[in-house]
Amino acid sequence: MRFIDSTSFCFHALSAHRSRTSLMLLAMSIGVASVVVLTSLGEGARLYVVSQFASLGSDMLIVVPGRAETTGAMPPLLGEIPRDLTLDDSLALYRERSIEYVAPLLAGTAPVSNKQLERELTVIGSTPEYFKVRKLTMLQGKFLPPGDPKRARQVCVLGEKAKNELFGSGRAIGKWVRINDRRFRVIGVLKSAGAALGAGLNDAVVIPVAAAQALFNSNSMFRVLVQAKNRQSIARAQSAMIKILRERHDGEDDVTVIQQDAMLATFDRIFSALTFTVAGIAAISLGVAGVLIMNVMLIAISQRTHEIGLLKAIGAHRRQIIQLFLLEAAMLAIFGAIIGLLIAYLMSSIIAQMMPSFPVTIPTWSPIVAVVTAIATGLVFGIMPARNAAALNPVIALGKR
Amino acid sequence: MIELRDINRVFDVGDEQVHALQDINLDIADGEYISIMGPSGSGKSTLLNMLGLLDQPTSGSYRLNDTNVTELSDREQANVRLHNIGFVFQFFHLVPRLSAANNIELPLILAGIEPRQRQVRVTRLLEQLSISDRGQHRPDQLSGGQRQRVAIARATVMQPELILADEPTGNLDRASGEDVVEVLEELNRAGMTLLVVTHDPELGRRAKRRIRMVDGCITEDIRSEPAQADSTAEPLTSEQVQAEQMRFDNLLNEEALEQLQEYQEQVPYNLRNDRS
Ligand SMILES: Nc1ncnc2c1ncn2[C@@H]1O[C@H](COP(=O)(O)OP(=O)(O)OP(=O)(O)O)[C@@H](O)[C@H]1O
Ligand SMILES: [Mg+2]
Repeated sequence: MRFIDSTSFCFHALSAHRSRTSLMLLAMSIGVASVVVLTSLGEGARLYVVSQFASLGSDMLIVVPGRAETTGAMPPLLGEIPRDLTLDDSLALYRERSIEYVAPLLAGTAPVSNKQLERELTVIGSTPEYFKVRKLTMLQGKFLPPGDPKRARQVCVLGEKAKNELFGSGRAIGKWVRINDRRFRVIGVLKSAGAALGAGLNDAVVIPVAAAQALFNSNSMFRVLVQAKNRQSIARAQSAMIKILRERHDGEDDVTVIQQDAMLATFDRIFSALTFTVAGIAAISLGVAGVLIMNVMLIAISQRTHEIGLLKAIGAHRRQIIQLFLLEAAMLAIFGAIIGLLIAYLMSSIIAQMMPSFPVTIPTWSPIVAVVTAIATGLVFGIMPARNAAALNPVIALGKR
Repeated sequence: MIELRDINRVFDVGDEQVHALQDINLDIADGEYISIMGPSGSGKSTLLNMLGLLDQPTSGSYRLNDTNVTELSDREQANVRLHNIGFVFQFFHLVPRLSAANNIELPLILAGIEPRQRQVRVTRLLEQLSISDRGQHRPDQLSGGQRQRVAIARATVMQPELILADEPTGNLDRASGEDVVEVLEELNRAGMTLLVVTHDPELGRRAKRRIRMVDGCITEDIRSEPAQADSTAEPLTSEQVQAEQMRFDNLLNEEALEQLQEYQEQVPYNLRNDRS
């Protein structure tokens, strides 16, 4: 039997039983569409996180006070308090030539007010380098001015939302705000675009690090952000930093240096795993579609016993019958998959329009996997009915009424 | 062409065993025209299905064209059905969704013959059976006689040497039954071996060889001598003619009786069938 003839025979059979066929197509297409749409959402989430990290800069290192207990063997000895990470520590890092910028961070929350308007905001003490390390952009005015980091100038830079809350649409540059009991002059407003994951500066106030030390009465840095000269020098910068800080802390390794890249990779893995999990869940619906195909095919065969008996009587052998019914199942799966893909692309473009900031992307592998799975399920679940059909006794099949 | 030796077919029905065929021995030569008659349940269909390789004998040997076909694989048997045997059924068994032409085409498709040649053969057959104008009609748009013609066309499109017809006129009125039989006889004249199972004695009598079955056994196997054979025989005396005449009359009476019996047997059987 020629392949084209088998195909058109099956096509005829499928189009002759419209409701049955469309039911199976529906099940298949829902399965395929859900795999593709869900993976595109997962992939979108992953890309979103990656892009957020990219805006942070991938040649960045973060120094955190305290040792990361990765070995988990011994808890810190009683009474041993990690040494503070001071401003001097961070400035000492400039000794290493592979380091481009160092931005110490001292953070806390404090009431910020403009006349009667008061808000509890995140207050970040840092240096002008913070602007470069975090790749920030200004909406209005300027960032912290260069100069001796130990001088506590009473100036501040507002996040966009903070500015709106305190000043509304009015002008903020040159005005004074009160943080705790100190007065700071607003010299700039940050643009909200670069709002990085978990560290949004939208509702924060940035002041010189020395001013923050006075404000919070603390010398301990919350973080030190370090930017290496380039990606190649990250590893060198990291070991140099650890060495410098160890020297300054009497030989104690009491800081942790996190690589931006490593964090990114972790998130990437988490979200990939998430995507695959979701795809797996969606694949279950494909399996359900397969079971439906099997059931409906079994019914179809009992309704078509005459035809099968006849085909055998006029000379079809068992293999041909099996092939015909498997082909029918495969065609259902393929058509279902195509419809499912159309639905998926339509839905993801709708989602993309509704959430423009969320990058809904269909990963290349997902439609392929979905279609292959659909066809495989169709075939696997088609085997049993096809074999049943081929095993029919032609005399009995023809005799049935 | 066909050689059946000690064929038995036993069906297991619950605890009972039904001997549908018992020690059947039968030889059929190329080009014969045979009718098989007998009461309902006597095993006619079973015999035909076995000859057509739709059924396997429980024991015995079946040689078709000098091959023992019972030993063939499923694929080889299917090939024999495809190329050497044509089946005509009482209930036509056309595929309802396919047009007449497509139904006739089915065996050609199974054989993997290319479309152009298929077209030629189908068209020729439709013409031969004078249903050219019905080629694109679906079975439900055809009369019973036309349907059976389509079925015959399908059975013969592969030019088999053996045609097996199981009550081909059983579902037709007299006139279209007559028509269908003529078509079959025409095929026989063209060289195909023809076996017809029938309940219609008039139809059965048209065959040159008549087989009678009762309870799974062949009880009669009569060949009418061809007409020209009589002319070469010695002329009969008047007594002989008379005796012959009487025998013929008795035969007729016997046949009439049998008909009646058969009819009685048939009616409850069919009613039973219809109810199930
Ligand atoms: N599949 C089967 N299972 C059990 N018994 C069967 C089967 N097929 C036929 N028989 C039995 O075998 C016997 C012969 O049946 P068959 O159909 O050959 O008769 P038939 O001569 O064709 O009768 P009819 O003239 O009514 O068509 C019957 O007793 C029947 O009940
Ligand atoms: Mg019968």
